[in-house]
Amino acid sequence: MSDPQPEPDVAELGVPVVEVEDLEVNFKGRVGFFAGLLGRKGFDAKAVDGVSITLYEGEVLALAGESGCGKTTTARAIMGLLIPDAGTIRYRGEPLARSRRGLRGYRKQVQMVFQDPTAALNPRQTIYEIVAEALRIHGVPGGPDAKTEEQLVARALSRAGLRPPERFYLLYPHELSGGQRQRVVIAGALVVDPAVIVADEPVSNLDASVRGEILALLMKLREGSRISILIVTHDLGLAWTVADRVAVMYLGRVVEVGPAEEVLQRPKHPYTKALLNVVPEAGGTERPILQGEPPDPTRIPKGCRFHPRCPVVASGRAERLGILNRCVSEDLALEEIAPGHDVACYLKGLGEEP
Amino acid sequence: MGRKYLARKTLHALATLAFVLAFNFFLFRVMPGDPVRLLARGAATHMTPQRIAEIEHEQGLDRPLPQQFVVYAKNTLTGQFGISFVTNESVTSVIGRAIWPTVLLVGSATLISTFFGLWAGIKGAWGRGSLFDTTSLFGSLVLYSAPEGWLGMILLIIFVGTFHWFPAGQMSSNTGQTGIANVLDVLSHLFLPCMTLVLGYIGEYTIIMRSSLLEVMGEDFVMTARAKGVPDRLVRRSHAVPNALLPTLTLVFYSFGFILGGSVIVEAVYSWPGLGQLTYRAIQDLDYNVIQAVFLLFSLAVIAFNLAADITYGYLDPRVREA
Repeated sequence: MSDPQPEPDVAELGVPVVEVEDLEVNFKGRVGFFAGLLGRKGFDAKAVDGVSITLYEGEVLALAGESGCGKTTTARAIMGLLIPDAGTIRYRGEPLARSRRGLRGYRKQVQMVFQDPTAALNPRQTIYEIVAEALRIHGVPGGPDAKTEEQLVARALSRAGLRPPERFYLLYPHELSGGQRQRVVIAGALVVDPAVIVADEPVSNLDASVRGEILALLMKLREGSRISILIVTHDLGLAWTVADRVAVMYLGRVVEVGPAEEVLQRPKHPYTKALLNVVPEAGGTERPILQGEPPDPTRIPKGCRFHPRCPVVASGRAERLGILNRCVSEDLALEEIAPGHDVACYLKGLGEEP
Repeated sequence: MGRKYLARKTLHALATLAFVLAFNFFLFRVMPGDPVRLLARGAATHMTPQRIAEIEHEQGLDRPLPQQFVVYAKNTLTGQFGISFVTNESVTSVIGRAIWPTVLLVGSATLISTFFGLWAGIKGAWGRGSLFDTTSLFGSLVLYSAPEGWLGMILLIIFVGTFHWFPAGQMSSNTGQTGIANVLDVLSHLFLPCMTLVLGYIGEYTIIMRSSLLEVMGEDFVMTARAKGVPDRLVRRSHAVPNALLPTLTLVFYSFGFILGGSVIVEAVYSWPGLGQLTYRAIQDLDYNVIQAVFLLFSLAVIAFNLAADITYGYLDPRVREA
C-alpha cells in the first residue's frame, strides 16, 4: 500500500537536514600596530547575530538580503569553513564536530558552489582532476553496483550538462566559457552524491544568457534525488524563480522566513517589502524606498535593527500606531504569523500590513 | 607549449640582445675619459704622440664612428673582445678567470636564499600571525633594508676581527693544497661572503613568497578544496603553493640572471676574485674592452634567464601555454 503523493503543504515541511540554531559569528576588528600599542581596539563586527534556519530534505531555500547582511557568513558556517562564536549547526540531528577529522564525513554530504567559477577552479588542474578531487578525498563508494572513479566523474560531468564528458577531461578551466566553468564547479560538487548543496550567489557572476541555464540545472538536480539546495542571493527575483522557501536577512538576523509565494506576494516585514519594490517580477516599479545608511555590522542599532531605515518609522505610521517606542528600543525575535511563515516586526501584532 | 609562444619569446630575447649590443657600443663612446691617454699615463713618459697615435690606430679608435661600430659588431659576434689595456691579456681569459669564483659565490648564495626564503615565506603565510610569521617578517624587512656592504663588514668584524673563525678575504690561502684540503680551504673562504649575500637576498624571497601565498590562500579554489574536505597539508601542497610559486618564480629567475653581475660590493669587501671585483677595477682603470665585454656578459645572462623564465612559465601555467 503506497501513500498518495502528499500535496505540498506549508505545515508539512518534511525531514530537517541542516538545522541552524542561534548562530553567531563575529569578526574581530583590527587596528594598526601603533594604535594597538596605544590600547585602541577595532570595532568587532557581528556578521551573524542569532540566526536560526532549517533546511528540509529536498527543498530549495533561498537566503536573501543585501550585501553585508551575513548571508554568506551563514553559508560558510554551515559549510564548516568558519567556526561560529555561538549556536549550533546540526546535520540530521547530529551537532557538527569542531575538528577537521570530525567534519570529514559531513564534508562529503554538503558541497559548495561559489559565485565566481573562474576563482573557484584551480587554474592548474584539468577538469578531470578538479571533478575527481572529492572522490580521491572521500573514496570511491564500493558496493554491488560500484563504479570506477572515471565512471563517476563522467556521470557527474554529464549530470552537470557537460556532454560528452570525455571531451572535457583534459581541458583546463581557462579553456571553458563562464557557464561551462560553473557546470564544472557543480560537477565537482555532485560527484560525491551530496545531500546538500550550498550555492553562494551561483549565477551573479555569469552572463545573463547562461544564468537561466545554470539555475535550471540546479533545479533539475532534484529530479530523482532528495538533494536540498541552499541558495544565497541578493536577488529576490531569483529567489522567486527557484526557491520553495525564502529567508530574508538583515544585519545578521533573519527578519522574515516562509514559503516563497507567501513571503514574496504577501510580505509582512517592511524590509522584505522594500526589497520587493525593485523586483520587476513582483510588480515593483517604484523607485527604491530604502533610505539611510547601508547597514554596518560594527554598529548595530538598538531595538529593531531596521528602524533607522524603516519606511513605517520614517512616515510616522509607527508613531501613530503606538509602536515607535518599541521599534527603537526593544529587540525582537521571529514570531509565527501563519503556518511556516515567521516575521520579526511589531506591525504584525497589530494585524497591519507593512 | 605553443610553438608560437616559444618563437615570440625567443624573438623578444634576440631583439633585446641586439639593442644591448648597440647601446653598449655608444655608451662607451660618450663616456668621459680617454683610454689611450690613460695608457700613456701608465706607461710614464716614453709615450710619444706618435706612439699614442699608433695605439689609437691599433685599437681602431681613429676611424669614423660607423666604421668602428661595424668592426665592433663583427668582433663581438665572433667572440673577439680584444685585450685588456691594463694587463695586456686577452679579455676572454681575464673574464674566464673571474667567472667561476662569481658563479660559485653568488650561485650558492642564490640557491641557499631561494630555498630558505621560499620555505620561510610559505611557513609564515600558512600560519599567518603566528610567532614564526611575525618574527620572520620582521627579520626579513630588517635584512631586506640592510645594505650588503655594511652587512659584510659587520660579519667581517665579528667573525674575522673578533673570533678569528674565518680567513679575512680572497678565495683561498694559496698554500698549494690539493684535494679535500683545498676544497675545505675554499669553503672556509666562501662562507662569510656567501652568508652576507644570503642574508641580503633572503628577505626579499620571504616577503614575496609570503604575500603571494597569502593572496592565493584567499582565492575561492582554496576554500573550495577545504570545503570538499581536502586535508590542510594537501590544500597547501597541491592548490595553494603551486599557484603562489608562479610570481615568485619570476623573481628567482630574475636573480639568477644577476648571478654573473655578482655583487660588486660584497666581492670588494671580501677581496673575492670574481667578476664584480673585475668590473669595479676595470671601471676605475677605464679598461674599456673589459668593461664592454663584462657588460655584454651581464646583459646576456639576464636576457637568457628571462627567456628561461618565460619558457618555464609556459610549462607551469596552462593559461600561458596556449597564449
